[in-house]
Amino acid sequence: MSAELLRESFRIQGRNFDKAGEVSSEIKVMLRDLCIDAANTRRTVIVAYEGEMNVVMYARRGTLTLILTDEDISLEIADEGPGIPDISLALQEGYSTASDEMREMGFGFGMGLPNMKKNSDEFRIESEVGKGTRVLAKINLDANG
Amino acid sequence: MTLQEIQELLQCEVLTGGDNLQVDVTQVVASDGMSEILAFARSKELMITGLTNIQSIRTADIAGVSAVIYCRGKFPDEKVIEFARQRRIPVLATKMGMFDICGVLYGRGLKGVS
Repeated sequence: MSAELLRESFRIQGRNFDKAGEVSSEIKVMLRDLCIDAANTRRTVIVAYEGEMNVVMYARRGTLTLILTDEDISLEIADEGPGIPDISLALQEGYSTASDEMREMGFGFGMGLPNMKKNSDEFRIESEVGKGTRVLAKINLDANG
Repeated sequence: MTLQEIQELLQCEVLTGGDNLQVDVTQVVASDGMSEILAFARSKELMITGLTNIQSIRTADIAGVSAVIYCRGKFPDEKVIEFARQRRIPVLATKMGMFDICGVLYGRGLKGVS
């Protein structure tokens, strides 16, 4: 396992649609400044943004942690929210539990989690109904997105 | 096709980025669903959407599209335009609907992303 070059955690506030996406935009700038290539930056930021939107839409609050090594980028997104009763169903494209309000924001069409999985080399979800959800995504830096 | 040619063709109003209309566009991604834009855009596409909130520009920035056109005569508020200005994303708006915009652009040789 290679050494961590950077670890930074960001707080995400649930239900705050005005600020939704700010963490991911910040990560995009950070990765660009660190000279991470465009394809991997793009994949990482899509995972971060979809994850951030899920926290904003469903949870009370959450944390996104970015971990960079010389081999990969990991994102850990943990929230205090309703949890996911059926993870395999939630990962199906088109399946959604979004409200009209979420759809008016342009999200909640059942593509968020599949998008996150598609852009990750490793992807894991742990969830407990009534407590929250934790998503772990890893993007290998030697893979071409 | 340049953004300027597209602006004339679709009779768009330029909301920001008027100094950057020479950018060349070959592919288009069109949806009101932001995850769909994120799933299909590869980079530098023209994004067409009817969603005018701040998430539309946030998505455009994350997806790396070259410009945004709002359809159906919808206009974003000033906060959204200012955010696009900061991110240096040209933003245009037209009264045409999404179907017609896509038809016109397809007829001129632009392609979708799949």
